[in-house]
Amino acid sequence: MEDSSPPLIRSAALAALLAALLALPLLGVRLVDSANGLSLSGRPELVAWAAGGVFCGRLIIDLFRRWIRDFSIRLPVPPPPPEWTRFGVGWALALFALVLPFLPFADRNLVDKATMVLIYIMLGWGLNIVVGLAGLLDLGFVAFYAVGAYSYALLSMTFGLSFWVCLPLAGLFAAAFGLALGFPVLRLRGDYLAIVTLGFGEIIRIVLQNWQDLTGGPIGISGIERPSLFGLSFKAVPPEGQTGFAEFFGLNYSADHRVIFLYFLILALALATNLFTLRIRRLPVGRAWEALREDEIACRSLGINPTTIKLSAFALGAMFAGFAGSFFATRQGFISPESFTFIESAMILAIVVLGGMGSQIGIVLAALLLVGLPEWFRDLQMYRMLAFGAAMVLIMLWKPSGLLSSRSPTIRLGGRA
Amino acid sequence: MLRVEGLHSGYGRIEALHGIDIDVREGEIVTLVGANGAGKTTLLMTICGNPRASAGRVILAGEDITALPTHQIARRGLAHSPEGRRIFPRMSVLENLRMGASIVDDRHFKDDLDRVLELFPRLGERLEQRGGTLSGGEQQMLAIGRALMSRPRLLLLDEPSLGLAPLVVRQIFDIISTINREQGVTVLLVEQNAFHALSLAHRAHVMVTGRIALSGSGAELLNNPEIRAHYLDGGAGGAEDPNL
Ligand SMILES: Nc1ncnc2c1ncn2[C@@H]1O[C@H](COP(=O)(O)OP(=O)(O)OP(=O)(O)O)[C@@H](O)[C@H]1O
Ligand SMILES: [Mg+2]
Repeated sequence: MEDSSPPLIRSAALAALLAALLALPLLGVRLVDSANGLSLSGRPELVAWAAGGVFCGRLIIDLFRRWIRDFSIRLPVPPPPPEWTRFGVGWALALFALVLPFLPFADRNLVDKATMVLIYIMLGWGLNIVVGLAGLLDLGFVAFYAVGAYSYALLSMTFGLSFWVCLPLAGLFAAAFGLALGFPVLRLRGDYLAIVTLGFGEIIRIVLQNWQDLTGGPIGISGIERPSLFGLSFKAVPPEGQTGFAEFFGLNYSADHRVIFLYFLILALALATNLFTLRIRRLPVGRAWEALREDEIACRSLGINPTTIKLSAFALGAMFAGFAGSFFATRQGFISPESFTFIESAMILAIVVLGGMGSQIGIVLAALLLVGLPEWFRDLQMYRMLAFGAAMVLIMLWKPSGLLSSRSPTIRLGGRA
Repeated sequence: MLRVEGLHSGYGRIEALHGIDIDVREGEIVTLVGANGAGKTTLLMTICGNPRASAGRVILAGEDITALPTHQIARRGLAHSPEGRRIFPRMSVLENLRMGASIVDDRHFKDDLDRVLELFPRLGERLEQRGGTLSGGEQQMLAIGRALMSRPRLLLLDEPSLGLAPLVVRQIFDIISTINREQGVTVLLVEQNAFHALSLAHRAHVMVTGRIALSGSGAELLNNPEIRAHYLDGGAGGAEDPNL
């Protein structure tokens, strides 16, 4: 024990050195616009702050870890939570989500933010099929989200189709794009797959940006039709031949109705995604996804055709992104390529990975943390991204394999132990 | 049941098999022994279509399967338990077995499972455990059990005794011979553990750098002085003789 403090200091010093090296170009120099042109000025104090902060942080974390270790030796290891807790937590969360808009503290702003979080939960659940279950690292998932959004916008603007007709179509289009991506990458795995999917995501975005005639280019598409509930409009003045939602139920018109309706719409879509995934995991296809993630050669020798299994994962994951995309379009009423950048893909992937790769509830927690938290801290303005980064670092420190990384088996034999 | 004729195969430009002829008859156990790198694994893999044969033919029950994709071959009653076990580590034992039955009608699952668990009672006690947390011997049992779940007529086993304690090795070989005797499964067995494998085999082949060097009944090879020198008595002298 006595020889363990030097490594502690040394690792902190190393981390501080690394931080200083990183901070030097990022924080240490600044372009100054002075009378005789641009010049560089140094800011060594910021570099020192960064290095000092990292030094202390590292030391605290290491000390804390050691403390935990000493502590946990004395404590008995808690048994893993029984199966029903996971189940119970799931139902409790779903129930809470159902009543959320009617709770006293739920104002329009909160419901709006919850809607945003739900979009990411749904996207996370969609991507989870591809990354978490089938083990195919996809860095271009936002492409399918974009395809869904533009499908709805264009179908509705061009042919005047309603949201409810466009929704399945958007899912189909996105699934078709999923297949289109899936075919060329069938033989790729890991890093190579990641690079190609990344490129695919960019291609879609750039096409949207440049195909002015169809997509409106960088200006995007605005005035997208808002959804209605069985023909009941949420507009203040319902269009000709339609009844307003408020009027039908004898309520006073309020813009909140639409916000709440949109919330329930995405909640229903997200829950459908979840139920689908939970169900399909127990079917041969779903089990084959997981087996394929584990060992492709073994799968082949068991008579499983990896081609169809991979393609189905790409297509189904993309389909759910397509649904989420058309919801996004109808909620915003406006879309442009800017909403579908690589950062979105990275965000969705971060949610899946931090959630624990394959865990449905883990994804909910990660989405709350990564999307909800920064939304919450919007008042802090530029420190918002700091909250995002801090949340990410904390999860990695605390749970390196994701928030919930245990997986429940897809079959059991009753009675046989 | 299985006939391999003049099979050539390899990886990229490197040829690992230089014309292999073997023949496995229905109901037999045929053993392949050979030094490291002789091409035993490559032979089993090529029979299963990955890598593809560059020349020669593989005939399974009268049908030419040389050009079929791996998963199609598996669907024709040929189960392959590949080198290194390759079980699904994050999936439970039961799920692993269920994956083995992917190509079999669900109706049979329960019966097949009972049959496999009877052979491997230790798996029955651990159905919910994750495959990756099983001991090496249990993993090997799972790999064989999983292959059996596909109701094969021909079972290819690649070094089932790899890394196992002598007692477990015995157990595994007993089970292989049980499978063969009681369930009528034909077995093509690749082994380093030549003594056990040859005692078990009806017939055997010795492979040396991509060719069959010697063939005979299990007992013949077991008593062959050269084989004894290279594969049985501690393997001493194996490096000096280029023919074996
Ligand atoms: N994926 C591969 N790519 C290139 N060469 C390979 C590959 N796999 C095997 N080889 C080469 O092919 C030859 C035969 O290898 P193989 O694995 O079939 O031997 P083996 O008889 O199974 O040996 P062991 O008893 O050690 O398992 C070796 O020279 C090996 O280096
Ligand atoms: Mg081998």
